[in-house]
This record gives sequence, structure tokens and C-alpha cells, in this order.
Amino acid sequence: MALIFELAIQGVQMLLVLLLAPLLIGFVRKFKARLLRRQGPSLIQPYRDLIRLMRKEVVLADNASWLFRVTPYLIFAATWVAAALVPTFATGLQFSWTADLIVIVALLGSARFFQALAGLDVGTSFGGIGASREVMIASLAEPAMLLIVFSLALVAGATQLSTVAAFMGSPEVGLRVSLGMSLIALVMVAIAENARIPVDNPATHLELTMVHEAMILEYSGRHLAMIELATFLKLLLYVSLISCVFLPWGLANTGAGPRSLVLGAVTYLGKLAVCAILLAVFETAIAKMRVFRVPDFLGAALMLALLGTLLLFVSRSL
Amino acid sequence: MSKRKMPALIDLIEAGRPVEHHAPWRRAVVTPKTWNLAVDQLAEGRWALLGLWGEPETVHMALLDAVRDIGIISLKCPGGRYPSVGQRHPPALRLERAAADLFGLLPQGLPDTRRWLDHGQWGVSHPLGMPAEAPAAAYRFLPAEGESLHQIPVGPVHAGIIEPGHFRFTASGETVVRLEERLGYVHKGIESLMAGAPIDRAARLAGRTSGDSTVAYSLAFAHAVEAALGTAIPRRAAWLRALMAELERLANHLGDIGAICNDAAFALMHAHCGVLRERVLRAGDAAFGHRLMRDRVVPGGVTNDLSEEGTTAIRSLIAEIRQRFPHLVELYDNTASLQDRTVATGRLKVELARQYAAGGYVGRASGRNFDARRGPSYAPYDELAFDVPVLQEGDVNARVWIRIREVEQSLSLVEQILERLPGGPIRVDLTGADGPREGMALVEGFRGDILIWLRIGEDGTIERCHLRDPSWFQWPLLEAAIEGNIVADFPLCNKSFNCSYSGHDL
Repeated sequence: MALIFELAIQGVQMLLVLLLAPLLIGFVRKFKARLLRRQGPSLIQPYRDLIRLMRKEVVLADNASWLFRVTPYLIFAATWVAAALVPTFATGLQFSWTADLIVIVALLGSARFFQALAGLDVGTSFGGIGASREVMIASLAEPAMLLIVFSLALVAGATQLSTVAAFMGSPEVGLRVSLGMSLIALVMVAIAENARIPVDNPATHLELTMVHEAMILEYSGRHLAMIELATFLKLLLYVSLISCVFLPWGLANTGAGPRSLVLGAVTYLGKLAVCAILLAVFETAIAKMRVFRVPDFLGAALMLALLGTLLLFVSRSL
Repeated sequence: MSKRKMPALIDLIEAGRPVEHHAPWRRAVVTPKTWNLAVDQLAEGRWALLGLWGEPETVHMALLDAVRDIGIISLKCPGGRYPSVGQRHPPALRLERAAADLFGLLPQGLPDTRRWLDHGQWGVSHPLGMPAEAPAAAYRFLPAEGESLHQIPVGPVHAGIIEPGHFRFTASGETVVRLEERLGYVHKGIESLMAGAPIDRAARLAGRTSGDSTVAYSLAFAHAVEAALGTAIPRRAAWLRALMAELERLANHLGDIGAICNDAAFALMHAHCGVLRERVLRAGDAAFGHRLMRDRVVPGGVTNDLSEEGTTAIRSLIAEIRQRFPHLVELYDNTASLQDRTVATGRLKVELARQYAAGGYVGRASGRNFDARRGPSYAPYDELAFDVPVLQEGDVNARVWIRIREVEQSLSLVEQILERLPGGPIRVDLTGADGPREGMALVEGFRGDILIWLRIGEDGTIERCHLRDPSWFQWPLLEAAIEGNIVADFPLCNKSFNCSYSGHDL
């Protein structure tokens, strides 16, 4: 019985991330529009877009290989699994033993690998430009992310997210310089990974400036829907990750009753809203940087993460 | 000796056979020798080319000399052959290619003989000269060879709702080594529609050459017709025209400032500038009955008088912009991330701006102090006080700042006009022509100086009309400005130039 309940909670978590991801994007877009004094599209517009894309015919380039057709599903599956592993409203779920930070980084890395390959597959120049820029960004974002993982692991003694979250929620954490650095680095990596301003502009129509969008220009119909949903999921994943590690309050514990589960869910929604508002405000206040400034930006994230890790070798209490 | 080497334009025109009934500047039919003398002056950078256009068996060239004198020299070329200007003065290249497409002229020694406006889709070649069967030929882009170079073709259909044009980048990684433009996709055949059109229809055609500059085009056309026929328009009409022209400049500059920032993903400026632009358009609608004030300027005057409500609408518009615009300028200037994108991007050298006689913000951001409102000047600008801002940097930032300063100047001009608007009639009937008359006009649109030259036939219809958009001399400079920049900065540079496709493609 308990096992079934546990499995059900795990199932809820998987569906929750899938259903919430478009809403989060819709909320960010709406809030950004309001900041610009525009009405903005409805909150549920991303759902409508997905449904519309699912219904549309797929237009494939003549020279598209099997890889091009398979990639959207690969990206979606990898991102969905990764997003479902991050504790949202509760820790210690049935599959939490697999919820390892390194696994999540690896899942996202392989999704990106296939996306870059698919971008190159059709052989258009925009796909190539997008793939090369994406890989340039990834080559700095991934090491930074791994160093952040090391810092967290050194502090919490594990790379498993449930354990990290539980530890971060406990009073013995205290204020640590290394954690502060990791937080800033993680936010920078999250911005780059999610192709947000100032690294990339998700709303642009200018092919020449695109990074993420350039790789998926050739996609249409349900393929595009899969990739879009994966993009939404990725944003939700990073927001959940930042909340569960750095704002672990309200997380329901293993085997908790329904009341604390509901409480966890409500606080989780609150955290999502706060992060979305902060993201929208930040994106409104800043212009996109030159492509060649991105390495500087991510280099700073890498250095911060490295410093955080090094500080922990100097003293475990920093 | 030195005197002979440096003639003034007036000497050349007097050496030729002056054409009667050409106003307000003079035109002369010259010999090939004089023609070449003028090309010498262009090639040595002393004079500026204002335009070059054809007629069957004749080629015309409008020139601006060192003392800012304007004139046209024409060369008879039986068989269409004439010595190419473009081989020694590159700004003439595309104009000569276009004249060759339309009239079948054969510039001798033209280094680039590919077609320009004619994409092989018309069914005929040289439709305005001796129409002939049109063999379709593939367009050869300039070759780009070298290790690790790759080409990026962009357009002609773009992702945004903008006009069509093809850009072929040759890049080494992210750095642009060469950009080659291909235009002509929106060729509408305006010059051939003009031929034989009555003046009122031709005025409407002129106003549709480039939609964002409709007032400036109508104004230039009206000036040219009035010059040709010797019609003097009422003072109030001239002032109302200037009012419309300044409102158009305000709307376009405000829109551009926001759009440039938007291309750097700074949507905040775009949103606020968009609101202000919309206010200008609504004021235009309230005052003159059309948001873009299209067909409001006609030869002989203007169609709509300014009412009390219109004056109030414009006054409150000016007050609102005066109150809100400084905050936007401050926002632009104080956003470091935005400055990082615009400063030093897409630098256009001062020498190139001078060689190409680039008009508008493109020229003035690169040190070329030319404004048709000030230069040849026309009523009522000779009575109004305004500055022509000039900067030397030539980057995207400078082009934004020129626009900002011009917005401020336009605000002050609108205030002056409202303050001193003379009374009286707003339109007169055109004087009839008793023989062929020729007129020319140079009018400052928001992009730069628009040149219109026309000949009215004995029956009072337009015999030939040439419209030269400022973009003719700005598009080639965009190719130069982007060189050495990164591919991802192209949209920003392009938007800061904001050349017209429609006005260029005719």
C-alpha cells in the first residue's frame, strides 16, 4: 500500500512538472509584457501553442536523416526525466535515489548533444551557426555546473538531491560564502542554459542573432512541439533546482502526510512565481550581450564555482 | 593650371548647351570631354554625386560641387554607349546598373555588368528603353575563397515582417569578411508608371514610393512640379508641409530608436518609443486626417488645412514627448549592457560617408554635414531656427544619437511652426505648361535627401520622372560598415541604417 502511495506521489511529481512547465513560461511572458505596459498573451497561451503545433503537419527537409526525426523525442524524454528527478514539493520520493545531480547534468548534456547534431543535420547555415554557438556556450556552462555540484556535494556530503535539499533545510548549514558563490554561479548557468537574455533572446525573429532558436529553425509540427515543451521543462527544472537547494523551506519530507504534501505544493508554486518575476524583471532591465561576451559571462560563473569549491578545501565551514 | 584642374560646376554647365525651362537648378547637355571632367572631380572627392539616371539615348548626372552648387549634366549617347562613371567613382555603380536594366544603356568600362533591378522576372529587358526579349540568367555572387570561409545566405524572405532583400555573408567563423546585398525584389515599376501619368496621379505614385517617407516624397514631387511650372505656392501651404514633414521625421526617428534597442533585445525602449510613435501618428490623423499624412501634400499646396483641434492635438503631443523623451534618452545612455552593444559597432568611416555623399543620420553620424533643409534649403526652413547635429564616430551609437538630437530639433521646429503659422489660402491651381518643362527637387526626408527630377510634356502629363531614394548611397555603405564585425551584430547595424527597400527598388 505504502509503495503504491509512494509511486503515486512520484507519478504526480512527473505529471506536475509536465503540466506546470508551460504555465511557468506563460507567466514569465505575461509578466514581461506587463512590465512593458503591454497586455500580453494569456497565461495559457503556451498550452494552446503546443496543441496547435501537435495538430500541424510536419514539414521535413528532403535531406533530413532519421537523427533529425528522432531527436525531438530524445530531447523531450531526457529533459522530462531530468525535470522529474528534481524535488519539487517533496523530497525522498520513490525514485529519488536516482535523483543525482551528476545524472541531471548528464541528461541535459546528452539532450544538448543531440540538439546540436540535429541542427547540423539538414545542413542549413543557421543550424550550423546555432549549433556552434550552443556548443561554445555549453563548453563553459557544463564545467561551471559540475563545479557547483562539487561545492554542494562537499557541503552536503552527497550529490543526491534529496539529501542535499534535506541538509540545506537543516539548521547546521548556516551562512557560507561558498554557497553564495554557488548560487550566483548557478543562476548564471541557468540563464545561459535556458537561452534567456542576456545570453540569447527567446523572443527574437532575427535569425543571425539566434543561438537556441537557430538550431530548431527547421523543425515544425509535433517535432517542434516536443522541443518547445522540452525548453519549457528545462526552465522549470532550473527554477526547481535553485528553489530546492537554496530555498528548501516548505519541502515535504519522506513519508509525510497529505497536509505537508499540500503545503509543499503551495510553497513550491510560490517559489516558482517569485523566480519567474525575478527573471522577468532581470530580462527587462538588460540588453542582450555580444556573442563573444558570453564566454566572459560564463567564465565568471566558472570562476565563482571554482572559488566556492576551493574555499571548501581551505575550510569546511566557509 | 590649377584653375583648369579645379573647375566649378557652373563652368562645366556653361561649357555645355544649357537646357531651357529647367528649374530651379541648371541642366546642360555636355560633350564626353566635359562629362569626363566631371567624373574626375567625383573621383578625386571634390564633388558629390546626387544621382544618375537614364533616358533612351541620354544619361543624366546630378552633381553637388565643392561650393554646394547643384546642377545636372546630360550626355547624349546614341546607341546607349557612354563612359562609365562607376569605374572611377564607385557610388555610381548601382545607379548605372539600374539605368542599364531600365533603359538598355551601356556604360563603357563598368566593372560590374550584372543586372541590378532586373531579376529576369519582367518578361522583357530594358522596359523603358527598347524593350527586348529577356533571357533569364543566373546571378553570380562575388566569389569568396579562402580557408575556413563559409557563406551564409539570408533572405530575401525574412522572419520578421520586413521588406525583402537578400544578404550574402562570407564569414570566417563569426567575423564577417564580406557582405553582398542583392536588392530589387520590390521593384514596382514606378518610373514606367509615371511616364504619361497626369500630375495628380503621378503625385499619388510618388507618395507611394516608400511608405514611411510618404510626406517627404510627395513634398519632393510637389517641389519639382512647382519648379518646372513656375508655380508659387501660398506661404501657409509651405509651412503646413514643413509641419507634416517634421511629424513624419518624429514618428520615424522615435520608431527607429526603439527598434534599434529591440534588436539588442532591450524591449523596454522599444515599448516606450512605440507608444510615442503611435501618439505622433494619432496626432497626424487628428490634424490632417491620415495617420501617415499620405496624399496630403500635392503640387500646388496641401489638401487639408490645420484646424483648432489639430493644433491642440499637436501641441499636446509635443508636450507629452518633451516630458517623456528625456527619460528614455537617459535610459538609453545609462544602460551599460545596451551601450556595450551599440558603441563601436558597425563603424562607418568618415571618408566613405563623404565619398558616397551619404545623407541623413548615416552621413551625419560619420561627419558629413549635409541637410537639404539647410544646404540648398527651401521654404520655410530658411526662416526657422534649427541645428544640424553632426558626429564623427560613425558607429551604431552615433546613429542613435543623431536621431535623438534630430527628434529634439524637430520638436522645436514644430513648436516654431505652430507659433508662427501664417494665414491665407493653402492651395493654388498649377500654371499650365506651354511646352516641355523640367523641374528638380532635393528634399530632406527622415533617411536623408530625396532627389526627384521630372519633365512635364506639352500635354501637361509627366514625360519622365526619376526618384532617387537616399538609400541608394546608404545600402553600399552598410556592406562596408559590417565588415570585420560579427555576424550576430548585423541586425543591429542594419537597423541603425534602416535603408528603404521599396524606395531603392522603385
